[in-house]
Amino acid sequence: MSTRLAKGGRLIDRTKPKNFTFNGKRMKGYEGDTLAAALLGEDQMLVGRSFKYHRPRGIVASGAEEPNALVNMGQGGRFEPNQRVTTTELFDGLTCTSQNHWPSLEFDVGVINNYAARFLPAGFYYKTFMAPAPAWKHVFEPIIRKSAGLGKVPTEADLDRYEHFYHHTDVLVVGGGVAGLAAALAAGRSGAKVLVMEQTHHWGGRAPVDGGEIDGLSPEDWINATLAELEGMDSVTLRTRMMGSGVYDHGYALGYERVADHTPGDDRPRHRLWRIRAQQIVTATGSIERPLSFAGNDIPGVMLAAAVRDYAVNWGVSVGDRTVVVTNNDDAYRTALVLKEAGLDVPVILDARDQATGPLAEAARAAGIRVEVGKAIAKVNGGKRVTGVSICSQSGEGSAVEDIACDAVAMSGGWSPVVHLWSHCGGKLIWDEAQSHFRPDPDRAPTGHDGQPFVVTAGAASGAMGLADVLSDAYEAGKQAAKAAGGKAVRKAGPKADPEATQPMAPVWIMPQGAGHQKRMKMWLDYQNDVKVSDVQLAAREGYESVEHTKRYTTLGMATDQGKLSNINGLAVLSDALGQPIPATGTTTFRPPYTPISFGAIAGEARHEIFQPIRRTPMHQWHEDAGAYMEPVGHWRRPYCYAKPGETNEQAVHREVLNTREKLGLLDASTLGKLIVKGPDAGKFLDMMYTNMMSNLAVGKCRYGLMCSENGFLSDDGVVARIDEDTWLCHTTSGGADRIYAWMEEWLQTEWWDWKVYVANITEQLAQVAVVGPNARKLLEKLGGMDVSKETLPFMQWKDGKIGDFDARVYRISFSGELSYEIAVPASQGRAFWDKLLEAGEEFGVMPYGTECLHIMRAEKGFIMIGDETDGTVIPQDLGLNWAISKKKEDFLGKRAQLRSHMTDPDRWKLVGLETLDGSVLPDGAYAVAEGNNEYGQRNMIGRVTSTYYSPTLKKGIAMGLVKHGPDRMGEVLDFPTVDGSSTVIKARICDPVFYDKDGEKQNV
Amino acid sequence: MLILECPYCGVVADETDLHGGGEAHLKRFGPGSSDEDFQTYLFHRANPKGVHFERWRHVSGCGKWFHAARNTMTLEVYGTYSAQTYEPPKAIINAVIKKHPEWEGYK
Amino acid sequence: MSNAVSALQGASFDGYCKVEEAGLVGMITLRGDLSSAGVAKAVKAATGAAMPGQGEITEGAKGRAGWMSPDELLLIVDHAKAADFVAAASKSLAKEHALVVNVSDARAVYRVTGDAVREVLAKLSPADTAAMVPGQIRRTRIAQIPAAFYLTDEKTAELICFRSVAQYAFDILKDAAMSGGEVGV
Repeated sequence: MSTRLAKGGRLIDRTKPKNFTFNGKRMKGYEGDTLAAALLGEDQMLVGRSFKYHRPRGIVASGAEEPNALVNMGQGGRFEPNQRVTTTELFDGLTCTSQNHWPSLEFDVGVINNYAARFLPAGFYYKTFMAPAPAWKHVFEPIIRKSAGLGKVPTEADLDRYEHFYHHTDVLVVGGGVAGLAAALAAGRSGAKVLVMEQTHHWGGRAPVDGGEIDGLSPEDWINATLAELEGMDSVTLRTRMMGSGVYDHGYALGYERVADHTPGDDRPRHRLWRIRAQQIVTATGSIERPLSFAGNDIPGVMLAAAVRDYAVNWGVSVGDRTVVVTNNDDAYRTALVLKEAGLDVPVILDARDQATGPLAEAARAAGIRVEVGKAIAKVNGGKRVTGVSICSQSGEGSAVEDIACDAVAMSGGWSPVVHLWSHCGGKLIWDEAQSHFRPDPDRAPTGHDGQPFVVTAGAASGAMGLADVLSDAYEAGKQAAKAAGGKAVRKAGPKADPEATQPMAPVWIMPQGAGHQKRMKMWLDYQNDVKVSDVQLAAREGYESVEHTKRYTTLGMATDQGKLSNINGLAVLSDALGQPIPATGTTTFRPPYTPISFGAIAGEARHEIFQPIRRTPMHQWHEDAGAYMEPVGHWRRPYCYAKPGETNEQAVHREVLNTREKLGLLDASTLGKLIVKGPDAGKFLDMMYTNMMSNLAVGKCRYGLMCSENGFLSDDGVVARIDEDTWLCHTTSGGADRIYAWMEEWLQTEWWDWKVYVANITEQLAQVAVVGPNARKLLEKLGGMDVSKETLPFMQWKDGKIGDFDARVYRISFSGELSYEIAVPASQGRAFWDKLLEAGEEFGVMPYGTECLHIMRAEKGFIMIGDETDGTVIPQDLGLNWAISKKKEDFLGKRAQLRSHMTDPDRWKLVGLETLDGSVLPDGAYAVAEGNNEYGQRNMIGRVTSTYYSPTLKKGIAMGLVKHGPDRMGEVLDFPTVDGSSTVIKARICDPVFYDKDGEKQNV
Repeated sequence: MLILECPYCGVVADETDLHGGGEAHLKRFGPGSSDEDFQTYLFHRANPKGVHFERWRHVSGCGKWFHAARNTMTLEVYGTYSAQTYEPPKAIINAVIKKHPEWEGYK
Repeated sequence: MSNAVSALQGASFDGYCKVEEAGLVGMITLRGDLSSAGVAKAVKAATGAAMPGQGEITEGAKGRAGWMSPDELLLIVDHAKAADFVAAASKSLAKEHALVVNVSDARAVYRVTGDAVREVLAKLSPADTAAMVPGQIRRTRIAQIPAAFYLTDEKTAELICFRSVAQYAFDILKDAAMSGGEVGV
């Protein structure tokens, strides 16, 4: 059984116990524990079930590479699935539950898949769920959905906050092991600005576990002395609990800081995503031990040899009383020695190599440990827990020569550098034959904006093995990065360790090398996704030659651990099956993040009310206080209508229409875009921007204008006012202000840069109110100030002056067909102006109205709306707006395109009015159909509805639509089938789109 | 996540402060142009694997459009320059040639 | 004008930095030839400040002048006087190609105060705030909106954004300045 040792554990504080629960069971650990260490300390070896076969799964590793031990963490608003216990710091009150089983971890029905494993080979889904087609929807998909996914989906809103932090540095060092610290030392000594990040909460990585001496000090003492020196440098920032998540273009890197995962609810942001720009990046990301592929290598109790050592040294936890060590290299002997030192039993070290002659092997023998060379594990015995191993010769087919009882197996297949960050942005790898791993090729580093390399690897991440090589490689990397980032030359010597003699490792991809199919079906490559040696071999037989295809076919390396343990073994097996060397197979692509990061961290501050910017007019608060139903218009929120108590929104809209037509309405029109265009060439410029002529507009007058893209399509509209000899004010749609401002700037800066024109976007400088209705003039006259009579201020003119006490610019323009003034005042006085209008307007029956009332009134008048009548494929000619297209101008944006054959096609759908025969309202977007079908067997269509409303004024449905040859078919009745499943066809007659006051008598008074 | 130096305000701007505008140095064809010329202007864009001249706007910054000479494969930036030019300036061309003597040149 | 109000009417928040809306601030956009003597004179007349160079903001007796682009300045003046300055500058620059507009009410201004002022801004903006010094102005974005900011001293930044997103700007600055969020770099 796994247990807490009586002594030891360099990272834990035994005076500070921490209580937690696993599947409801109360457990205890210590401050400094990871959840993994605490679970093992409580003999909780079984922690989950695998994805496909629901096999029992235990902890395999001690760090970020852990594939198995994922749990549901926390509760309520702090619940999160798939949390890796090896990277979770223990805290008081932690609760977690195991995943992927039903009804319980100990007894799981899904394990039936395990017994059916031989019927669930690689590509099972692709091969099985192909036919009949309806079975997918009704049979296969529901079953697969039910069994898909690890963990539970959170059901409550996240209680925590998250944030981003932008940081600029000369040198970024990822990894705070001895390599990272040595690199940081070199960079820091150069005077460069340095950021060092370490993913765990302790510095020094695995050096204190592995031992040795640095500059005559124990690793622990050297780490402390080095930290003291780095902390003394102002230019160096040290951060723990921060993982290098990804390296991107031009020195961009993401650091994932887990600020408060271990102190939930302490009001700090849970995670902080550092968005870093570094001149140079040093990846001191260490290396990961590889598992060995032998039958039963997934049974709980089989662990990586270095992890077994970590649990003993760092946390004082023994994984088993009797641990068999199986290896192809010297390093695993350290585990045997550590266990022996702790008073635990190591019945045998199985070394797959033909001999074991290194100093570590000698030390093991000297410690009285039995060492068997040329030996392998034939199979592991046990179900939910290791009970023993059968051993065999590595060179044979696996006939057991001896059974050895044990409760843990420590395996080591050699070490692979963590090359992820190096590879994210294009760093290339080379195959190292001696170490049987891919390591970064220093000659093919990722390059930055200047074409120069910006990533350098340090220590084990470079492929350096042994303390001496790690330190010298890392210090050199730090120096190199600092120099490239513009730091001073570093003369001071770096840290040193004595080289150690080691015996070369021997590559072992399956164990024993001649294992038959039965054994290969039990050799796990990918623990989480249940991919075995036999699956990869099957894929190769079925013709999957590309490693990327094999990955997707077998799901090898596609689990949440992204194949940190499985990939190299998998491609070695694939290469062998394909009969080619490993470098010819290559690796799959390494993509960020290094380990999964939270959605919260990615979103940062963008949550709840600050999920996105909401734009508010100066009168916004009044609208909200009045209970307006708000609708989004771009990022603006505008009142749709102001429903009174007991009124539906529809009733409110109808009341607003009638009140405005009969008495007086107020619209907050502040969102309308307002652009000042000024300069000697402003007229010429506006003649290019608009389809109609603007240069000849008289000062004091207004003109409705259309803007098109170079494709000819109608893009925006609005009223233009000539302010003075060289100044125009252009109104745009509410959603179009920023876009049209940018559009004007683009043409001025990139095409007509010699034209003297300046543009300013003053949309938000002004609050604008439309005062609309037969009583509009009475209200303004009551307020006093400027003369707003028909004679002084006729329709389509504007004037500056006073309305009451307010400095105002008043436009006689109308989007409703009524007598209407649009009045602009400084935004700071917008609310006061609005209040004043309401107060003074009471005797005239004033009521505010919203956007829906505006829409209905303009539709009654047959005015088009950008976004309703247009959709990016409609030209002004389609809308009967030829009167607004200048024939005199040689050029304007869109003119050339409107001459293309498709644009002049007489068959284009054109704008008409539509009235239903029964007075009902046509469905929005409904299509008019003609006889017959098109080449795809679909009903022929000849038109569609673009705007449709119930007109309270006319007491019937009115609509506009685009219809083939529409204007030539006045009075014709069209069929509009509904799409509600009934076979109803609505009949509507083509009519003039102007339904109300065709002669414009009401607005021109 | 590119960084480009805005030639107008001197700021080395993050890509999130910028807005890409596609191929640079297009010649506008208006009324009177042939269908072929107009079609090329409107729709045809170079999409080279390698050296490329692009338009960018420093949208969250000074608001100015500028041009960048960039490698679409390595993301190396050879230089940024004024948008008020009909073709890349000599210094930019030289910077590209220095890195890629085999480069076929700007057409 | 007695009834004029700023977007958030001086709202403030105390976190590990203080965030407060600066109330009504006069602002003028001046577009023109920045090398012309007329523009320099207009800047001097409105603010008392010298002509700012690229990326700079200068201070005078009556206000500040910030460099916004090669042909644009932002003049920061007393709100009540902005309209008069616009009229005066428009008149004095009538002979040259220039545009002077009052944008006081199109904007909201925030003051962020505290030792960690650069850090709070660095949570929202990709600009290298650690390298910024008083006298520089940076136009960039904060979270999802455009903004401009400058340091008036080592502990104070002033930030300008559009008025319509004043609430959003205040809320994200608050969020960034909330106690417990100290980064400590």
